[in-house]
Amino acid sequence: MSLISIENVHKHYGDYHALRDINLEVGQGEFFSLLGPSGCGKTTLLRTIAGFEDVSSGQVRIGGASMIGVPANQRPTNMVFQSYAIFPHMSVAENVGFGLRKSSLSGAEKATAVGEALEMVGLNGFGARAAHALSGGQRQRVALARALILKPKVLLLDEPLSALDKKMREQMQSELRRLQRQVGITFILVTHDQEEALIMSDRIAVMFDGKIAQLDPPPQLYTRPANRQVAEFIGVMTFLPGNRRADTLEVAGLGHVTLSPDQIIGAEGDVRVGLRPESMTILFDDMAAEPSNRVAQGTVEDLAYYGDMTMYEVRLAGAPRPVTVSMRNLPGRPVLARGDAARVVWDPAALMAFGPVD
Amino acid sequence: MLRAYVIVFLLFLYAPILLLPVFAFNSGTVIAFPLDGFTLHWFAELAVTKALHEAVVNSLIIAAVTAVISTALGVAAARAGVRYRFPGKAAALGLIMVPLVLPEIIVAVSLLVVVVQIMGWDLSMGTIIAAHVLICTPFATAILNASFQNLDPSLEEAAVDLGESRSSTFRLITLPLIMPGIIAALLISFTISLDEFIIAFFLSGSEPTLPVYIWSMLRFPRLIPVVMALGTILVVLSVLLLTLAEISRRRGLRRAGVKDKGGFL
Ligand SMILES: Nc1ncnc2c1ncn2[C@@H]1O[C@H](COP(=O)(O)OP(=O)(O)OP(=O)(O)O)[C@@H](O)[C@H]1O
Ligand SMILES: [Mg+2]
Repeated sequence: MSLISIENVHKHYGDYHALRDINLEVGQGEFFSLLGPSGCGKTTLLRTIAGFEDVSSGQVRIGGASMIGVPANQRPTNMVFQSYAIFPHMSVAENVGFGLRKSSLSGAEKATAVGEALEMVGLNGFGARAAHALSGGQRQRVALARALILKPKVLLLDEPLSALDKKMREQMQSELRRLQRQVGITFILVTHDQEEALIMSDRIAVMFDGKIAQLDPPPQLYTRPANRQVAEFIGVMTFLPGNRRADTLEVAGLGHVTLSPDQIIGAEGDVRVGLRPESMTILFDDMAAEPSNRVAQGTVEDLAYYGDMTMYEVRLAGAPRPVTVSMRNLPGRPVLARGDAARVVWDPAALMAFGPVD
Repeated sequence: MLRAYVIVFLLFLYAPILLLPVFAFNSGTVIAFPLDGFTLHWFAELAVTKALHEAVVNSLIIAAVTAVISTALGVAAARAGVRYRFPGKAAALGLIMVPLVLPEIIVAVSLLVVVVQIMGWDLSMGTIIAAHVLICTPFATAILNASFQNLDPSLEEAAVDLGESRSSTFRLITLPLIMPGIIAALLISFTISLDEFIIAFFLSGSEPTLPVYIWSMLRFPRLIPVVMALGTILVVLSVLLLTLAEISRRRGLRRAGVKDKGGFL
């Protein structure tokens, strides 16, 4: 049985319909993410699980028990807030031990629990530190320790890494993942960073406009997006105009393609043909094309050099706009320049045709 | 040019106040230059004037009660204003602020009419306190508004999330974090009430406040140096209280970790 189940949940703020018929289940020990652009309702959904917002209709269950009408302080959830919400007038140890105030543990037992929690997040010996004398990453860890000390069934995290710089964020991503496996608690993470969601999650719910557009593990989300909006949001995808009749697709710049059923999303007619950058290759002299692949002629319009790889914007002959092609920079392989001719090898089985209305 | 302007301005503003201590320590009975000599006589006279002591006690009681009530109302109003949405909110908060711009004499006369003519009550310290609460609450609310605006709402939510009730959250989180604002509001309300004359003049029955008592002393030229001595003490006290209020406000900002956006004072 799933640990959390959300059934037909709606949330209205006055006239504004913030959550529209949300249905999802999260399993015990799962790392689950809510992903979507700003304003799509991720925080609202998280707060209905935490008990800070009432649902307008629908059901929220944790461990089988209905949470409707149960206040936040009686739910088996704890939250890491986006601002961390570290109590500024307390020491680190007082912050971490705050949730134990009502527990029946003795003073010594509480101190031990606080010490263990601090050790778990790598803040050994920080207990006496004043809360305001912490760096962003340290505040993040204190917030984590404070929320985990009560051993909740579910830990809710609202964009916990968005305030950190890139290096720190990457470090915390792997640390959060490690911590989650270690404690075995279900994590629900809110993020608008698709890369972060892909790296960390067992499953991801992609939300747009208060609705769940797709709920899948990261690989399915990336390779089998439910619609064009999801495909655009997850990873990089460039689109070329095309026309589809049954399984026959005509793509500007690429020509005729026969599609397999799982490449077809939405209705036939004028379609948008989605291509991932890694599904195409620029043919250098040292390479031979796979027999199943096809080759198109193009010109490099622009490029971005990342060190380990280069992202090329290549305009194929007959295409109205360039496609993005990623190439690894192997030793001895040249980096093309703007205006260079490029032969692009592409795999007909890797493209996706999104119908006019999907 | 601008500098000269500022100096002249400050001179006009503060020179009369600077004259207070000058004449308070002057041994001559007439308020005029040249000065006679140094004396503490006027202060000594203050110490033995019984009516004055009663007026001081009245004023302190009124100011203390006013400060507590205004600040409590200010906490409630500011919290409601910053945290909640409800119909008629703008109107309600606007009405709280009206006394800031209402002439005090209007407040005084209308309260006098209500209390004496309509209700038929006797004037008492209670009526003065009621009127002082009216004029002090806007100040308390303004100060506490800033306190609540600087208080991250997720701090209170975090405490609830960790198992605390609403009331224990208020006690453990909200109150300590807005305490500097509360102290500032108490001190400012206290100072305003202590100095207030017009309302107290109209509404005090047989129990004059200090400003009313001072006014009555002015009818006797002999006592004017005594008034000067009293005025000196009051100025020093007021400045002290306002300084404490400002220090407290700044400490609050620092604690909340926000930049000072210009004080109330
Ligand atoms: N208390 C509220 N009253 C009215 N509207 C609200 C309230 N809270 C949220 N909303 C609206 O609901 C929508 C969803 O808000 P929510 O905070 O869940 O977005 P989000 O997906 O978390 O976005 P972000 O990434 O910017 O945090 C927004 O359009 C927001 O304006
Ligand atoms: Mg949000």
